[in-house]
Amino acid sequence: MRDAFAKQLYNLAKKDKDVMFITGDLGYGVFESFARDFPKQYLNVGVAEQNMTGIAVGLGLEGKKVFTYSIANFATFRCLEQIRNDAAYHNVNLTIVCSGGGFTYGPLGMSHHATEDIAVMRSIPNIKVVVPSTAWETYHATKKLVNLDGVSYLRIEKGGIKKPPFKNVKYKIGKSLIYKKGSDVSIVVAGGIIEECFAAAKELENINIKCQIISMHTINPLDEQAIIKAAKKTKVLITVEEHNCNGGLGGAIAEVIARNNIDCQFDMVAINNKFSSIVGDQKYLRKEYGLDSKFIVSKIKKILKK
Amino acid sequence: MKLKSENLASKIRMHTLQMTSLGNSSHIGSILSIVDIISVLYEDTLKIFPTNPKNKLRDRFILSKGHAGAAVYAALAEKKFFPISNLAKHCSNGSYLSGHVSHIKVPGVEFSTGSLGHGLSVSCGIALNGKLEKKKYRVFALLSDGECDEGSNWEAILFASHHKLDNLTVIIDYNKLQSLESTHQTLELEPFVQKWKSFGWNVIEVDGHNHRKIKIALGKNKISKNKPTCIIAHTTKGKGVSFMENNTLWHYRSPQGDEFLSARSELLKNTRT
Ligand SMILES: Cc1ncc(C[n+]2csc(CCOP(=O)(O)OP(=O)(O)O)c2C)c(N)n1
Repeated sequence: MRDAFAKQLYNLAKKDKDVMFITGDLGYGVFESFARDFPKQYLNVGVAEQNMTGIAVGLGLEGKKVFTYSIANFATFRCLEQIRNDAAYHNVNLTIVCSGGGFTYGPLGMSHHATEDIAVMRSIPNIKVVVPSTAWETYHATKKLVNLDGVSYLRIEKGGIKKPPFKNVKYKIGKSLIYKKGSDVSIVVAGGIIEECFAAAKELENINIKCQIISMHTINPLDEQAIIKAAKKTKVLITVEEHNCNGGLGGAIAEVIARNNIDCQFDMVAINNKFSSIVGDQKYLRKEYGLDSKFIVSKIKKILKK
Repeated sequence: MKLKSENLASKIRMHTLQMTSLGNSSHIGSILSIVDIISVLYEDTLKIFPTNPKNKLRDRFILSKGHAGAAVYAALAEKKFFPISNLAKHCSNGSYLSGHVSHIKVPGVEFSTGSLGHGLSVSCGIALNGKLEKKKYRVFALLSDGECDEGSNWEAILFASHHKLDNLTVIIDYNKLQSLESTHQTLELEPFVQKWKSFGWNVIEVDGHNHRKIKIALGKNKISKNKPTCIIAHTTKGKGVSFMENNTLWHYRSPQGDEFLSARSELLKNTRT
C-alpha cells in the first residue's frame, strides 16, 4: 500500500505543481525519487508534527494540495488540535497520511501501533476517513483525495493486494466494494486485515457457510446504503478491523444499524480495549489480540450456533 | 497632532471596552495591550482590501493570541470590512463574533485561533508559499508572551529561519503578564531577545505603545534579507485604563457598572487630549 501511495503521489505531483508532500522526517527509501524530481514540492520539516500540520495549513490556504506524512500516530495524535482547529475548521485541501495503520510496525511497540486513530479522526467534522483494504484501493484513493476539497485522513499499511476486486470496477470515495459474494454472513472490513477475512471465508465455506466480504474503505462518509442492504440480506453482520473496539469501523456501523432499526445479528472483531504491550509482527499480533482468521471463524460459528 | 493610527487606537479601545462589557466577556487587559500595534498595522502597514477582503495581493495578518480577537474585529469594522453596529453582537447568543477570533462569516479575519501556539506555524506555511510562488505579500503574526510557553512555536521558529522566510514578521506582545502571574514567575522567557537571535532571527525591540516607533519597526526597510523578523514589543497589559494596567484581574473580569463607567471616562479624556 505504501508503494502504491508513493507511486500515485509521484504521478500526481508530476501533473500538478500545486501538489505538495510534507514529511515529518520519515519515509526512508520511499520518497527519494519524489524529492529529487520535484524539489519544490517536497518538504521535510523535521521531527515537528505540530509545525508540519500548521505549515500544511498555511500552504493549503494559499491553494496548495498538501499531503502530510508520518508513521503511526505522529501525523494525527501529536498534532490533533492543529488538525481540528487549523485544518478542518478552515477546510483546507490536506491529506494526512498515516503510514503504518494497526500493527504494521508491530515489533516497534505500542507507541508505533495505530489502534485508536480511526475513532479519533472520524469524530472530527469535515474529515474524510479512508482506510484502504488493498494496494489497489490505496492507489486510487490517493488520486481521488487530492482533488477533493477539505481534509482527509488516509491510513495505509505495507503490502496488500494489487489487483482490483473484479474487472472494470471504478474506485469511489464513500462507496464500498464487494470482494466476495455470499448469502449467510456479511463481513465488513477496512484495512489490510481483509486477508484474514478471505481466509476465514474460505474455511467457513468448508462447512457450508457463505460469507460476503465488503471493503468499507471509507469510514467517513460511510456507505450507509450498502450496510443496510448487507444487514438485511444476510441477517448476520460482523465487522473486522485492526483497531480498538471503541468508535472505529465497528462503532460506525453499529450506529448505522441502530439508527435504521435493522433487525440483524451484529458483532465486531477488534482489539478488546487494550494497549498492545506484547510485540511481534503484524500476523502474530492479530492472533495475539483476537483478530485473525481463526478468531473470525469462531466468532461467526458462535453466532450461527454451528 | 495626533496620528491617524492613534485616532484609530482610541476608537478601538472604546469599542472593545463596550464589546467586553456588553458581551460580558473576558480579556480586556490582553486586548488593550495590543490595540496600538493593531492600529498601526491596519492604518499604516497592512495592505488591505475592505471591499474584497480575499484579494490575493493583501498582506496576511494572523492574530495568534486569539483571546484578543475583539481588537481585530473592531479594527476591521473601523476599516469598513463590516458595519460597526455588528460589534455590539460580540459574544452574544447566535453571534459569529466569538470571544476568540474566528473567520467564519467575519470578512477580513485571515485565520481563526484561540488555542495558543497555532498561528506561527500557519504563518510560516503562508510565507513559504509566498517564497515558492514569488509573491509580494508580507505575513504578520501577533503572539503573546505567555503563548511562547507553547513548544509548537519553537518548532516554527526553527523552521522560519531555516527557510529564510524574510517575508514573515512576528510581533510579540511582551507585556510580561500571563494568565495568573508574570512570565518571570511562570516560565522565564529572558534572555528573550537573545533567544530569537540565536534562532537566526532579525530582532527589533520597540515600545509597543509608541505609534511612530511601531510603524518604523514594521516598515519594509527594517527587514533583514534572508531572515525572518521578530519585533519584541514592550507593552502594558490593560494599557489606557489606569486601574486595569498590569493587573491580571482584567485578564478575566468583564467591565461592568461603575468600573465600566470609570474606564469609559478615562478613555474619553485621553481621546480628547
Ligand atoms: C493552548 C491554550 N492553553 C490555554 C489557553 C487559555 N489561555 C488564554 S490566554 C492565556 C494566557 C494569557 O497570557 P499571554 O499568553 O501572555 O497573553 P496576554 O493575556 O498577555 O495577551 C491562557 C493560558 C489557551 N487559550 N490556549
